[in-house]
Amino acid sequence: MKHAKTATQNACKLCNPLGACLAFRGIENCVPFLHGSQGCATYIRRYLISHYKEPIDIASSNFHEESAVFGGSHNLKIGLKNVSDQYKPEVIGVATTCLSETIGDDVPGILREYKKEFKNGSPMPILIHASTPSYQGSHIDGFHAAVRATVKTLAEKGEPQELINLFPNMVSPADLRYLKEIFSDFKAPLLLLPDYSQTMDGGPWGEYHRIPPGGTPASAIVRAGSAKASIEFGSTLEAAKSAAGYLDDAFGIPRHHLSLPIGIKESDRFFSLLETLTGHARPEKYEDERRRLVDAYADGHKYVFEKRVILYGEEDLVVAMTAFLSEIGMTPVLCASGGKSGLLKRRIKELVPEMDELGIKVREGVDFVDIEDEAKVLQPDFLIGNSKGYTMSRKNDIPLLRLGFPIHDRFGGQRMHHLGYRGTQELFDRIVNTVIEQRQNASSIGYTYM
Amino acid sequence: MEQITILEGRQKQIFEKKKGVAQPDIACDTSSLSGSVSQRACVFCGSRVVLYPIADAIHVVHGPIGCAAYTWDIRGAVSSGPELHRLSFSTDLQEMDVIYGGEKKLYHSLIELIEQYKPKAAFIYSTCIVGLIGDDIDAVCKKVAKESGIPVLPVHSEGFKGTKKDGYKAACHALMKLIGTGSTEEISKYSINILGEFNLAGEAWIIRKYYEKMGIEVVATLTGDGRIDAVRRAHGATLNVVQCSGSMTWLAKEMEAKYGIPYIRVSYFGIEDMSKSLYDVAKYFPDRPDIMEAAKAVVSEEVKSLYPSLQKFKKALTGKKAAIYVGGAFKTFSLIKALRSIGMSVVLAGSQTGDKNDYARLKEMCDEGTVIVDDSNPVELSKFILEKEADLLIGGVKERPIAFKLGIGFCDHNHERKIPLAGFEGMYNFALEVYQSVMSPVWQFAPRKGGIL
Repeated sequence: MKHAKTATQNACKLCNPLGACLAFRGIENCVPFLHGSQGCATYIRRYLISHYKEPIDIASSNFHEESAVFGGSHNLKIGLKNVSDQYKPEVIGVATTCLSETIGDDVPGILREYKKEFKNGSPMPILIHASTPSYQGSHIDGFHAAVRATVKTLAEKGEPQELINLFPNMVSPADLRYLKEIFSDFKAPLLLLPDYSQTMDGGPWGEYHRIPPGGTPASAIVRAGSAKASIEFGSTLEAAKSAAGYLDDAFGIPRHHLSLPIGIKESDRFFSLLETLTGHARPEKYEDERRRLVDAYADGHKYVFEKRVILYGEEDLVVAMTAFLSEIGMTPVLCASGGKSGLLKRRIKELVPEMDELGIKVREGVDFVDIEDEAKVLQPDFLIGNSKGYTMSRKNDIPLLRLGFPIHDRFGGQRMHHLGYRGTQELFDRIVNTVIEQRQNASSIGYTYM
Repeated sequence: MEQITILEGRQKQIFEKKKGVAQPDIACDTSSLSGSVSQRACVFCGSRVVLYPIADAIHVVHGPIGCAAYTWDIRGAVSSGPELHRLSFSTDLQEMDVIYGGEKKLYHSLIELIEQYKPKAAFIYSTCIVGLIGDDIDAVCKKVAKESGIPVLPVHSEGFKGTKKDGYKAACHALMKLIGTGSTEEISKYSINILGEFNLAGEAWIIRKYYEKMGIEVVATLTGDGRIDAVRRAHGATLNVVQCSGSMTWLAKEMEAKYGIPYIRVSYFGIEDMSKSLYDVAKYFPDRPDIMEAAKAVVSEEVKSLYPSLQKFKKALTGKKAAIYVGGAFKTFSLIKALRSIGMSVVLAGSQTGDKNDYARLKEMCDEGTVIVDDSNPVELSKFILEKEADLLIGGVKERPIAFKLGIGFCDHNHERKIPLAGFEGMYNFALEVYQSVMSPVWQFAPRKGGIL
């Protein structure tokens, strides 16, 4: 029976400030700071820790009743002072919450006052402010808001350079490392923002680090304003909300907007762009990666052809995965997201023009109960998305292939590749194995070779 | 190594036990300092954890999506029947709702959810902005209760209106509205309620079994494996047995004032405290010496099988040092004793929400040189772990990566655990987990042990 549905049940999205905290974690020597109640910081820390298995300190201005009535200015200033004293950060990334946004705190104004009032204390950190009200959008919007705010605060016009800015979207630490490797192999100077490849997936500590090593230095971000081009992943990310969009407006730096490079076609597009921008042919290593991937497609094609899946997660990931799945002959019978950009269907259609004939259905702004209702009707072969789909996977006995964020019930989500030929290879292997395992389990004979 | 300093406003919340030094009272029960990375949560979190295990009610979070998303199915609180508590419901307030109010959205959400899930009751949690935008959730709840015929209980848990403890109180306030509305017929005179036991990994079942073996009737467990009908009858019990002092003492006091039910504080962790919690209940019924006899029999039977199995762990762990940082202080007392029983000493003991008396008692219990902290943060915890050369940290999810980064063992003693640590069998699990983490050969590669950085 269909029920009227006003409430969100088992949300397929998180709130805006979470994304901002993760993005700020990708700046060197930066402490993310939430201007709101203590709980926001604590819940978000817990949520990120469960995926990345790394300590993550997020400071909070810790609102009380007085702050809610008279404004959070005092608490924010004291908080910044305390974080400065204890963490000695180079950067503090201040993100707002529903609370501070609702009472209408003028955060930029408070930060200006703070800089005047406290200029004689500890060295003044760079203060970045991202507006991230939880009653708008989802975590991915907070992520982009923080990246854009960072660039806006730091980037300066300078002598033109060979530098390329890369804004990779909310990808895994392993993906970030791979992107850096690609640029290094192209011998192309790179500004990657954010870069939490080490802060969210680092080594052991001999002593306590207030702020873990790694991240993009503020001094490097300054040069984003004199780069020769920006590349930005994420097909639903609009220039008006993005870092590359800002740099284009402010400094005339061309914005190259790509889908997350998953699958051969979209990876080719990314590598071709790099060839154009750098003037170098792609290194042999990547030709090899691509050849192995094409070969793997051949070896595995029969397992995956016409397999029907439900795909869910952040919109950009869903678009990119749809493009990849359609090039290996799989059909995402439902592409779903808790996000609501209004662009999801259009972007999928751009990459997969035959989507309607293939029976690809797209739904924005849904929750896991909506997706489960669809799953009961669509009867997909499996589900692809983050670990929060496990509840419906188990209940309906449909296997789940985990990717993206969060992965709270498996080990190594932070080391999972998604991007480029290497990431696609990893995903393809896992998809084929999901099918093989399903077949093997269903077989009454129990073949030891499949 | 870099010197780690303590924030000025935090110094009074830290104390090191030293001989011959004047012993000031530790400062506690205060709100967290702005800008310090507190391990605490908020008022909403306090309410949510207390009511979470009630499995035949729906829990609806009125606010933007985050608060509901981060608390979806996060506790190991299991149910023997319905599992509505494992679903996450939110009014998912949007900008327009913030401007024009969210009452209508709440009303429709509730009517629909009650129709769809047929719960025995509904708890409505207000989050930060609900108070600010002026939604009258009491009125909405009243209206829905009338229309649906089930209790619809507002929980005033705006995140900023105090600390986690105030959230506990708001939750208990909602429970008090239910208690007293059910029939107490056929409840034995030899009966108790178990308060502050959340049935993580089935712990309430273990505890319940012991009491039942003693011939004690357990009327309600608040709130582990909780059911609305049981809560309604809770005023029929003769005695309240309170574990997790932080969350439920207020409820026990209210029930004492309103229904004349006395309460005792207990803990189910470790052999010593577990046994005491059975004896203390038996003592309360002196007219039935057989209850005490049965308690003794339970303890002796359990200890007889448990004790030998602990010796392997004790042998390996003797001389190892532990740091404890958990939510409630009462748990800290038990953990100190439990650790001692497997040969370990405690070099750091702290809690998020202990009060003056708790810390006074902690001071008494601890050895010389033990550091005691209230509402600590990662920087302080790490400082003391390294300075005191701890081999183990006991804490929750947020503390786990600190331990592992620094190359020491960790035991999860928080709401997410999947292994029961309460009761006698829980003591075995606890010792096993501590042993498996502390004695793992992987620490040989930790920089702390001379591994390459």
